[in-house]
Amino acid sequence: MREWADFTTETDADGALHLALAGPMVVSSVGELDVRLRELGAPVARIDLSAVGAIDTVGAWIVSRLIDEHGAAIAGASKEAQLLIAAVREKDLTAPAEGTGAPGNALTRLLEKTGAAAIAYKNGVVELLDFLGALLIAWFRVLRHPSRIRWISLVRQMELVGVGALPIMGLMSFLIGIVIAQQGAVQLRQFGAEIYTVNLTGRLSFRELGILMTAIMFAGRSGSSFAAQIGTMKLTEEVDAMRTIGVSPMEALVLPRVMASVIIMPLLGFYSAILAIIGGAFISMFSLEIPFFTFLTRIQEVVPTHDLWVGLIKGPVFGLIVALAGCYQGMRVHGNSEEVGLKTTVAVVQAIFAVIVLDAFFAVFFTEIGWG
Amino acid sequence: MSTDHFDGEFPIVVEGLKNQFGSHVIHEGLDLKVRRGEILGVVGGSGTGKSVLMRSIIGLQQPSAGRIEVLGQLVDDDSEGDEVDIRSRWGVLFQGGALFSTLTVAENIEVPLKQFHPEIGPELRREIALFKVRLSGLPPEAADKYPSELSGGMKKRAGLARALALDPELLFLDEPTAGLDPIGAAAFDTLTSELQDTLGHTVFLITHDLDTLYEICDRVAVIADKRVIAVGTIPELLALDHPWIQEYFNGPRGRAAKASQHRAKAMDKLAKAGE
Repeated sequence: MREWADFTTETDADGALHLALAGPMVVSSVGELDVRLRELGAPVARIDLSAVGAIDTVGAWIVSRLIDEHGAAIAGASKEAQLLIAAVREKDLTAPAEGTGAPGNALTRLLEKTGAAAIAYKNGVVELLDFLGALLIAWFRVLRHPSRIRWISLVRQMELVGVGALPIMGLMSFLIGIVIAQQGAVQLRQFGAEIYTVNLTGRLSFRELGILMTAIMFAGRSGSSFAAQIGTMKLTEEVDAMRTIGVSPMEALVLPRVMASVIIMPLLGFYSAILAIIGGAFISMFSLEIPFFTFLTRIQEVVPTHDLWVGLIKGPVFGLIVALAGCYQGMRVHGNSEEVGLKTTVAVVQAIFAVIVLDAFFAVFFTEIGWG
Repeated sequence: MSTDHFDGEFPIVVEGLKNQFGSHVIHEGLDLKVRRGEILGVVGGSGTGKSVLMRSIIGLQQPSAGRIEVLGQLVDDDSEGDEVDIRSRWGVLFQGGALFSTLTVAENIEVPLKQFHPEIGPELRREIALFKVRLSGLPPEAADKYPSELSGGMKKRAGLARALALDPELLFLDEPTAGLDPIGAAAFDTLTSELQDTLGHTVFLITHDLDTLYEICDRVAVIADKRVIAVGTIPELLALDHPWIQEYFNGPRGRAAKASQHRAKAMDKLAKAGE
């Protein structure tokens, strides 16, 4: 059975309390005692410790606090208790005030927050420019001395972000193809225009969905891992170690990832588009009774070549955006492990947002130049 | 939960310990008994498994064979409903401090308090945390700082404060002075020794620091050849004719540490004579 510390009180003639503590005064037994002691109204004049068993620094601290708060005298303390209480008091433990920042009124707080946010925004812009500048410098340096390209890490990154992504990207695109074709057929049937399901699936896959869904998946899969990897390396001072050895983190960490993403994204986007069309052809066999190969032949007839180019041009740009967001946020990690998670989230959110905004611009742009 | 203290003579008993990683045998037939209330220094060359021994004792490493008893309880039986959680009766300072990086120092110290004694109110918990911060020799304003804002030496002290949060009967220190400047290391030694005097806990101290061994350790255990080859005071160890011990304590650094201790004692005597 667990033994709790307890106390009894007697009020003397002056209205002051005489406190008698009993039982073990150790960390595991004083939790409730402390709560009750804080509720004592009257000042404590004398503390009797003769019934106290074991005592540790927590018990000694409580006694010492009573002495400080009430100017109480102690009596009946064992030698051990006296030693501990003396040791605790010797440290002069006046607890510092908590939360020193003045709260102020609502308006002041709002202004303060706005100001802080504005400064943080300005710093963020400067930091981003800093990062992009450093990346450009690294890029030109590598262009001038192509021997400095880290081929092994480039190929390794391409394998990680490209080849490794094939199964999941393929499955996702296949299913999206099925959804587009099936839903498209349902709507178009109302006008007797089911055959345009082929146009819908083909053009949408090449122009928009293949590359857009790939970019979003890429942000979740690879952008996050860039941020987490680089962020962890920053925490463990690996990035600093690189710098001291004369290896530029921009060249060794950021460039291979960015280059790999730029190279891989159009390929992945094309692959996704093909798989989406296969998915569409597959579902059309059942719901539209268009034979599989007829569907594919129709695709060649109805999808203009510039649709393919639209997808292939957007690919590298989206790859660049995702990789930049991941690496930039990774390089911003400092301090603690929570930052890694925070910055990884930011990287993914920023990347997806930027990709979708850019996609809207691209859509307008390509239509304007007559690639509609 | 009982508040009984361990009254036996040996709070840590290791018998026939064997640790093996794959085919690599770290310990074989290792025996060690730690006496209550002593500061035991554990030395050994790099890679002889000092940290592995500590991890075995505190149950982080499942040994391949052997028996480990801490405070009269077997470590390897993970009976969850055990009356006293033995882990609330020891404190561990890891080499790098191992502070939780997302919590402030005070919050770090409050973690074991919350875990084992949820009945303690937030005010008392905060007071205990602040008290331990001061006890471990940190300035009070360090309590609300995050580990990344602290220097290496302060991190060690904060780690010690967390290890001391529950007033443990056993304190495990893994290379507490490694990476500290000589002044910081000496201050940490003094702190360890003073705390031990005040609180009366048993200290299991892994170290490479010869000054620490000379200054504060009651006994020293030497790990070599996969086992503890000797335990004793430094003069006792020096009397043994083991080549590694001789090289360790009589190497240039060993002699320097010894000489500095002699000097310190002579100064003490002079000071006393002068009084």
